[in-house]
Amino acid sequence: MSAEVRRVLSVIVKNEHSVLSRISGLFAGRGYNIESLTVAPIPESDYSRFTIVTKGSERVIEQIVKQLNKLIPTYKVIENQDVVEKEMLLVKIPLSTNLSGLDAILKGYNGIVANATDDSLILMAVDDADRICNFIKIIKKFKPTEVVRGGSVSMEKA
Amino acid sequence: MELNGSQMVIEALKKEGVSVAFGYPGGAIMNVYDEIYKQEGFKHILTRHEQASIHAADGYARATGEVGVAIVTSGPGFTNAVTGLATAFTDSIPMVVISGQVPITLIGTDAFQEIDAIGISRPCTKHNYLVRTIEELPGILKEAFFIARSGRPGPVHVDIPKDVTAQMGEFNYPQEISLETYKPTYKGSPKQIKKAIEAIKEAKKPILYLGGGIVLSDSSDLAREFMELTGIPAVETLMARGVVGHNNPLLQGMVGMHGNYSSNMAMSEADLMIALGPRFDDRVTGRLDEFAKHAKIIHVDIDPSSIGKLLDIDYPIVGDLKNVLASMVALVKEDFDKSRYESWRALLTRYNEIHPLSYKEDSERLKPQWVIERVGELLGENALISTDVGQHQMWAAQFYPFAYPRQFITSGGLGTMGFGFPAAMGVKVAQPEKTSINFTGDGSILMNIQELMTAVENKIPVINIILNNNFLGMVRQWQTFFYDKRYAETDLSMQPDFVKLSESFGGIGYRVETKEEFDAALKDAIDKNVVAMIDVVVDRLENVLPMVPSGGTLYNMLLEYKDES
Repeated sequence: MSAEVRRVLSVIVKNEHSVLSRISGLFAGRGYNIESLTVAPIPESDYSRFTIVTKGSERVIEQIVKQLNKLIPTYKVIENQDVVEKEMLLVKIPLSTNLSGLDAILKGYNGIVANATDDSLILMAVDDADRICNFIKIIKKFKPTEVVRGGSVSMEKA
Repeated sequence: MELNGSQMVIEALKKEGVSVAFGYPGGAIMNVYDEIYKQEGFKHILTRHEQASIHAADGYARATGEVGVAIVTSGPGFTNAVTGLATAFTDSIPMVVISGQVPITLIGTDAFQEIDAIGISRPCTKHNYLVRTIEELPGILKEAFFIARSGRPGPVHVDIPKDVTAQMGEFNYPQEISLETYKPTYKGSPKQIKKAIEAIKEAKKPILYLGGGIVLSDSSDLAREFMELTGIPAVETLMARGVVGHNNPLLQGMVGMHGNYSSNMAMSEADLMIALGPRFDDRVTGRLDEFAKHAKIIHVDIDPSSIGKLLDIDYPIVGDLKNVLASMVALVKEDFDKSRYESWRALLTRYNEIHPLSYKEDSERLKPQWVIERVGELLGENALISTDVGQHQMWAAQFYPFAYPRQFITSGGLGTMGFGFPAAMGVKVAQPEKTSINFTGDGSILMNIQELMTAVENKIPVINIILNNNFLGMVRQWQTFFYDKRYAETDLSMQPDFVKLSESFGGIGYRVETKEEFDAALKDAIDKNVVAMIDVVVDRLENVLPMVPSGGTLYNMLLEYKDES
């Protein structure tokens, strides 16, 4: 089998009962990978947009796209890779750790402090998926107690 | 028009031109059955198991090309239907299956006979619905029929909660619908078709690889015309038996694991494969990296996901075979030199002479292949042939002289034992003027034996011919070849008396051991025109040959088996 590639697919589907299970079931039943999946309704329409990040050989990716298209509620599958792809991340860190350098790191990753309590902070960052991976590595030194990734969302540039 | 949900179901079936439905009542579907009782628009046939309802509707659909309809209740009624749905799904058979569901108010409470039916049917249907309000019911029923029969056909499941079947609503049944998200491609790209024809004109050793899509799209006549105009030899998959007709010299026979030698050699040596509606099933291709190694491939299919699924395709054409073949025929009508493939045809003829499909007669025992051939001689085009799954299925596919499409009804993709008898009932209901034969085995027939009651009650005179070898034969054959004859759980010597069994249901039965007895039994069964069981004692250890061992290559067939122990 040829080398695996990473793809971001946007799938526009009728916003109806059990459409999520059709998509997740398709991936599970045919043994395809889902790296991340986000879904939300498209405002002022009957449609939802799934952003699915997947990995596979070219043949597998081609099949994924065709199988997604084959689902009756699927309006279209956007394969365009010339996209802005962003991911959101939430991290909880205890206030008991040394927070020096945190400000600079947050700035570098479009991050903010989203919430503060007596004993912890919740940080939020929005950035490219690979930079979010970096951020997770760097933030380790603050001994995070919880990390929540939002999964990618994407939009074609043109 | 104000109707309740159950009346809407009845009206929708009438508007779709349904003349027969197969099914089985139960708690959650009772309202619908109450309306079935009151109406005369279509016939309802009560099977004795829900699996058989689906197979019967499937057989009806295969024999006619129309949408088959089955109705079952919730819970176990539905789960019994699942094998039937999966069978139809794998072979792309148009069907609408309606199931009852517990009332909406009880869904999710683990109510009596509640199961997540659409969760179960999702991977084995083309599409499915849980009806949530009375308002959406008419539109869903319309969509269900539309989706089942359009594009690549398939079964559609509609799950209706019991309270919805009782609620009143306005019944507006749309005449036409179009779905924004579902638009099959019917017309093939003219540019791609032209390129494909150019490739055909360049080829020296082309082969037509004919699949079930030709039957489903009713384009056998066009396929034959294209074959005759070009002089290109053809092979048929199991699902395409009858497309060309047995007496055409261009037909090499069936292809694949138990295909003819010349068919499989043709596939292996061809320089151009013209694949019309096949699936490149592993039972056809054998080892993929050795399959059609020397050939460029043209693949026509209405389902884009079928193209390039397993192999790279040089000339992909998405479209309805009927349209694509019509264009292809038009392009070769004038100016096509069919003599250019003469030496190729001669080579294949030679292959067929060296290793024709054959079997050795035995003076002591009946050979199963003889039984198939004999029925072919006696009934030929007048019989529609259903099968179960196993050795008898392969022998039927190999040795029956199929003359036209939809003459051979078999569970190809899923390989469902127990399919044959109920399917043969559906076939007989669809085509009462034809004799409906079910070739079956002593293993398969017991998997839906209760349908004797349905057939007798409804006077559906199916003739079941059991090729009885006291074995689960196909598995036994693999154990003989590949498992050093360790016959794990395949000895079926413990058997009922099939004659008495049939008689106890009100049918007739024969046990035969000689050719004369077989002829007499078949003739008698046809004359009496009642449900029949002909239990034919055949050679226990006969094997289906030739054979491409699983994972082997098409050009390396096992042509005979010598028992060395």
